[in-house]
Amino acid sequence: MKTRTPPGAEVDSGRRAAMKLAGGGLAVAFLWTAGLGPAVAQMNPRRQPTDEAAAAADGNPPFAPNAFIRIDADGSVRLVMPSAEMGQAIYTGISMMLAEELGVGLDQIKVEHSIPSDALYGIALLGGGQITGGSTSTRGQWQSLREAGAVAREMLIAAAAAQWHVDPASCSVSRATITHVPSGRTLGFGAVAEAAGKLPQPAKVTLKDPKDFTVIGKPLRRVDSPDKVNGGTQFGIDVKVPGMKYAAVRTSPELAGTLGSVDDTKARAMAGVVDVIKLDNAVAVVGEHYWAAYRGLEALDIEWRHGVNEHLDTATLIAALQESSRNGPALIGRKPKGEAAAGGKAVEMTFVTPMLAHAPMEPLNATVHVTPGKCEIWTGTQVPTRAQKEAARICGIPLEAVTVNNQYLGGGFGRRLETDQVEQAVAFAKQVSYPLKVIWSREEDIRHDRVRPLYFDRISATLGDDGKPTSWKHRITSGTVLGRWLPAAMGKDGMDSDAIESAADLPYDMDNVLVEWVRHEMPPGLVVGWWRGVGPTHNLFIVESFIDHLAQTAGKDPLAYRRSLMKAGSRPLGVLNLAAEKIGWGSQPLPARVGRGIAVASPFGSHVCAIVEVEVTAQGEVRLRRAVVAVDVGIAINPSSVQAQVQGGLLFGLSAALFNGITLKDGMIEQSNFHNYRSLRINETPAIEVFTVNSSESPGGLGEVGTAIAAPALANAIFAATSVRLTELPVTRTSLAASAEALKHVADNGTGKGDVA
Amino acid sequence: MVTLRVNGEDRQADVPPDMPLLWVLRDVIGLTGTKFGCGIAQCGACTVHIDGQPIRSCQMPVSAVGNRAVTTIEAIGLTPEGAKVQQAWLAVDVVQCGYCQSGQIMSAAALLARTPNPTDRDIDTAMAGNICRCGTYVRIREAIKQAATGQPQGLQVVVDGSAA
Repeated sequence: MKTRTPPGAEVDSGRRAAMKLAGGGLAVAFLWTAGLGPAVAQMNPRRQPTDEAAAAADGNPPFAPNAFIRIDADGSVRLVMPSAEMGQAIYTGISMMLAEELGVGLDQIKVEHSIPSDALYGIALLGGGQITGGSTSTRGQWQSLREAGAVAREMLIAAAAAQWHVDPASCSVSRATITHVPSGRTLGFGAVAEAAGKLPQPAKVTLKDPKDFTVIGKPLRRVDSPDKVNGGTQFGIDVKVPGMKYAAVRTSPELAGTLGSVDDTKARAMAGVVDVIKLDNAVAVVGEHYWAAYRGLEALDIEWRHGVNEHLDTATLIAALQESSRNGPALIGRKPKGEAAAGGKAVEMTFVTPMLAHAPMEPLNATVHVTPGKCEIWTGTQVPTRAQKEAARICGIPLEAVTVNNQYLGGGFGRRLETDQVEQAVAFAKQVSYPLKVIWSREEDIRHDRVRPLYFDRISATLGDDGKPTSWKHRITSGTVLGRWLPAAMGKDGMDSDAIESAADLPYDMDNVLVEWVRHEMPPGLVVGWWRGVGPTHNLFIVESFIDHLAQTAGKDPLAYRRSLMKAGSRPLGVLNLAAEKIGWGSQPLPARVGRGIAVASPFGSHVCAIVEVEVTAQGEVRLRRAVVAVDVGIAINPSSVQAQVQGGLLFGLSAALFNGITLKDGMIEQSNFHNYRSLRINETPAIEVFTVNSSESPGGLGEVGTAIAAPALANAIFAATSVRLTELPVTRTSLAASAEALKHVADNGTGKGDVA
Repeated sequence: MVTLRVNGEDRQADVPPDMPLLWVLRDVIGLTGTKFGCGIAQCGACTVHIDGQPIRSCQMPVSAVGNRAVTTIEAIGLTPEGAKVQQAWLAVDVVQCGYCQSGQIMSAAALLARTPNPTDRDIDTAMAGNICRCGTYVRIREAIKQAATGQPQGLQVVVDGSAA
């Protein structure tokens, strides 16, 4: 599963179907094509019959050579974005891939959201759906989008050459202008757009040699920045539709509970309240503005009905996971090669990692207008075609009768891979005649998150005389996200490839490795979902904490120990060495209760090493002092975006590891807003230096890499500072205090674990 | 009926007196650059200026504004500090999802108006009330310093692909 881009590679439409997908050499991965067989559609860089709707939605420009590029008669270049922009800078990355081959600068293009279409915009790596997730957008489109740009460029050149009666090979393209090199004549894209639109599509195009890149590899400004600094960007929550009303909603706080009776007398008497509408498990108040709706909701007298989770709490869930871990059945994700040497020192640890909420800054929302036989939706979603399909189902109308207007996402982190909130908005909007904007409060957002799964891990190893592992056993027990979200992508044996990613594919050269997964069904209503970094975010905390523990047990330096287990010349060893060099590992002694922790891995087709430096106060408060991260993402399309994603991703992971855990009591999520589901703030943020390995490999994934590596680097740093090895997250300050006396001064830090002294 | 002075214009709104300024701005006046993030003054996404002071508009009843001047993200670029902050935000490309950035910029502009050359501690203190889930804090620090000093801080992005 590895593709190198040969310089100046010629690609034709027949051959590309047989090309392998860029994945970066993974043993297992968040790549599901294998499970879904060969019938998965691929994005096509050439015009398809289904392009007509997309081109029509874009005003039928004179030149629309494929589903991604529109050139108008006035020369405007509009690029259609197959993926969703949620902060990861994919609109910029996609624009750069297209622009590089098309021959325009990023200052010369405008970007547009796409219509929902798996056929046109499906990601083969994710089974062909139009999905933005799993850090697949760049690696999944690297080939198609450059080729789409090249197809357009060749047609524009052909049109200009025909007008000049010259050989197309004597023409060049730069900054949206075609130049006949021998004569110096020029034509803009607009001047040839119509003629180009009538030409046949080239069967073969030649992609640029990377040494000739003028766009890719440059730290270019994000295409969406200017409107994001002046309040001009329209997120889903900002949509304005004529005649629109606002809804505030409350869903049964007990997971899978239902709505009983509602006394809405007071609410209906309030100024600005328009209506009160109900579903089986939720009630909404409609108002002339959100405040009226919200006040109306507060004024309702609601009786909820208990469901199956009336007595559910976190301790019960953890005990049930442990029971499943003991009893299995366990599926094998990686089998040991050969027999382990007899004897040696046995080491074992167990870990519990918590449920997590996503809490994107933009609370969940959708605006929906249901009219006879039709449904129109405005929302920011990572899965526009799933939203379309669910709306069609709920309204009982054909797919084509549902319009989805995707918007900029105020954060996704996996939460907007779900359509539960869109489905609810459609079900409410179906009951009224006007367009309805449904906004979840932050409390609804957290209490009804589709949480990152709770995990229980048992991991063990036997160390030989040299301190290296002669055997390694890791049993993961959890609910399954993939099994619900895309069951067809589960292995034939029922294996969830996400659950074992970065546990089965270790960067260490060991043969005798057994990795198992036990599927544990969560209670109805406790829905687990994708959370930034998915399987690797969990597994790397276990694996890299355990490797650190083995180093300590063997009496070795954590850096030297990892190096001794890695293959010379390997890409993960490259990032490990780079990060160690940049932070000056071992070069000088650190103050008391200050420590550095290493974590290294190869998630999402990339390679990353983070070294975090912390100070732990006598009261057990963890202060982040510094972080150095080295990444090898293959070709870095935009070095500025790489830096930003690694910094931001790392902070997202550190924030969760320090503060967050979703807990249940009486079947209800106990956390509700940023006061008890903390988020890292600027005054708690360390300096973060990011270093990139120069590489000519195809791009790997990036959006989740920093998040996945954060927790183990933090935990190992805390160990180095305090000699306390964390086996549960989030960090509990009480366990890190220097003394019982110091503990008296520990204040409530608002963690999800009620860590209050 | 209340009268508000928003971004230099008088705006009338027929709303209850306890309605937070946030929702008057967003749902009645139609200025959606100011964001709803938490509703309890924990995240800072709703930050606007009242007579130049940063406040959380989700907690400010519209009746408490009186005749003071309300400035939102849509007009902060007309102030010298606001313009400098926005330019610096673009030069180091701070934004990711962008949803919190209106509030971040409003807090940063207010900081520079009262403390033209802020220290790291000044920046951390003034900006600690604004959550960014994308984690743009490192660049926020750089951009505020750049806005204050006019000197490039951190990685400077470029715009024109071909000229890069």
